[in-house]
Amino acid sequence: MTSSIAVEQAGSGSAAAGQSRLRGGYTGFVLGRLLTAVGMLGFVLVTNFFLFRVLPGDPARTFGRGRFTTPEQLEEFNRTYGFGQPIGEQFLTYLGNIASGDLGLSVSTRAPVSELILDRIWPTLLLVGTSTLLATVLGVWLGVNQAWRRGSGFDRSSTMGALTLYSMPEWWLGMVFIATLAAGVGPLPRLFPTGGLHSPGVDPSSFAGVLDTAWHLTLPVITLTLAYLADYALIMRSSLLDEIGEDYLTTARAKGLRDVTVRNRHAVRNALLPTTTLIALNLGFVVAGAITVETVFSIEGLGLLAVEGLRGPDFWLLQGTFLVASAAVIVANLIANLIYGLLDPRVRT
Amino acid sequence: MTDAAQLARARRRASLRRGWATFRSSRSGLVGLGLLGVFVFVAVAAPLLADPNGLSLTRAPGGVLEPPSSEFWLGTDDSGRPVLTLLMFGARVSLFVGLLATLISMVIGTLVGLVSGYVGGWLGQLLLRLTEWFLVIPFLPLAIVLASVLGASLVNIALVIGVTSWPATALLIRSQTLSIKERAYLERARVLGTGRWHQISRHVLPNVLPMVFANTTLTVAIAILSETTLSFLGLGDPTRVSWGSMLEDAYSVGAITTGSWWFFIPPGVCVVLIVLAFILIGQALETVLNPRLRGRR
Repeated sequence: MTSSIAVEQAGSGSAAAGQSRLRGGYTGFVLGRLLTAVGMLGFVLVTNFFLFRVLPGDPARTFGRGRFTTPEQLEEFNRTYGFGQPIGEQFLTYLGNIASGDLGLSVSTRAPVSELILDRIWPTLLLVGTSTLLATVLGVWLGVNQAWRRGSGFDRSSTMGALTLYSMPEWWLGMVFIATLAAGVGPLPRLFPTGGLHSPGVDPSSFAGVLDTAWHLTLPVITLTLAYLADYALIMRSSLLDEIGEDYLTTARAKGLRDVTVRNRHAVRNALLPTTTLIALNLGFVVAGAITVETVFSIEGLGLLAVEGLRGPDFWLLQGTFLVASAAVIVANLIANLIYGLLDPRVRT
Repeated sequence: MTDAAQLARARRRASLRRGWATFRSSRSGLVGLGLLGVFVFVAVAAPLLADPNGLSLTRAPGGVLEPPSSEFWLGTDDSGRPVLTLLMFGARVSLFVGLLATLISMVIGTLVGLVSGYVGGWLGQLLLRLTEWFLVIPFLPLAIVLASVLGASLVNIALVIGVTSWPATALLIRSQTLSIKERAYLERARVLGTGRWHQISRHVLPNVLPMVFANTTLTVAIAILSETTLSFLGLGDPTRVSWGSMLEDAYSVGAITTGSWWFFIPPGVCVVLIVLAFILIGQALETVLNPRLRGRR
């Protein structure tokens, strides 16, 4: 869970702060943003390296945990991952390994971390992608209607609803859904599975398998959509409220345009710009939702993989998932920024 | 006491009264304040309201997962401890971690914001980059990594949340500082030859602090949510009962699927209520401090 409301306040400041100092056209802007993203990625690598190196004890033992039965294996491990070398060389070995896609070995499953991550990426993408899409569309629609009819009964009740959803741990909402709709309460039948991604014995690539996956994903997707939606609706409402007193809307009305046109063609267009930035800044929140909701619904995706790494504790796995999650958010943030630069030339300065 | 000091005090009191009048006009703000009052009372008085023996695994008074009864109003957990007692003591953990984490986050955020806004130069740029980095990096994975490296304890959890949640505050303080820096009275202070530290502590900080204060309530809300999530993932202090650890317990013993609703519904409701209380208070405070927002909510 991140601080969307707090970020909302800081939004105007950060939009200005995020501007690249390179003057000129879109190319300069793209270069500036690319540089920032590369810098951020570099800092992630450094953090990742040092955080796990400050762990007390012998790295071979922390990472290997009884894996090595012969001294030769230990020697081999230390050479591959650079332990026992000076810290500078260790860092270079670490960078080299990551560049070649070697994220180390998972202690609990004894498989390469990179393979595990690749295996688990699709369920997460499916879950998070569907939920984000639904939440963006519904959230923006809700926020626009709340702000346009501010103070009305609809605005009051739905804003209160959004605030309540915002205050709710999304995984607890998932637990409530499981208890009511999946486990069945009183006369209520078991409508949905309590977890997992497939029923046993169903081929996931067949048509029945696709339906089966959709059935399994219904509750998690609803849970995540509601969690994300609250955030997006609150941001959209507040962005549109900032536009509502503006003179250009009075002008548009004076031209005799219909209320819907004034709203959709004039106000919403401008309000969408700050919303884009804030949604991009809030991508970390999407990752958090994936981790907890996958845990509650036992969906074998990247989020659950991170939690498995935590429970081990399997530090290679933790390190790898943190790296992948951070890189994904940085890249998504970069893309959002580049789109923003295309839409609004003012931020390119 | 000089006349000027008395005058200043009278003014301060008058503005506090005005602020309270504005706050009182927000019904949701009052609801939030009332809710928070209840939780604070319960947290402080927990040892008087409930028998601390109810927290003990070995001397638990009830049977396993007993439904609510006249003896145990909210039933018992999987070790026979009354859920109501656990809830009351859990309020202490949530408030303690929430407030400590917010304190840490506010100190870091204010310092970084002030320095990057006021001092500027390469240091300001560096701090700004650092703030941006912390803003973009996904909070939960970073917190998981930090918490598993630091080890589980209440103070460590607060530290992890504090260290990961300051960037929004820093950006807010920075933009405020930048605008205050250009005002005439600060130019006057500079011309009079005051030092940088005096300018910051006597002129900039008092003007920024109200914003920090309004921001605080939202940070507490987020910190409490984060504490719950981290405890649910098993990163909480294993020796303390918190709402998050109750939910973890309920989930791992299968209370969700066996219909033991009294074990997992009340902690969740408590989290929602306390977080909502802080958010509502924060919104009402914002309208007090920012007249532009009046009539919006």
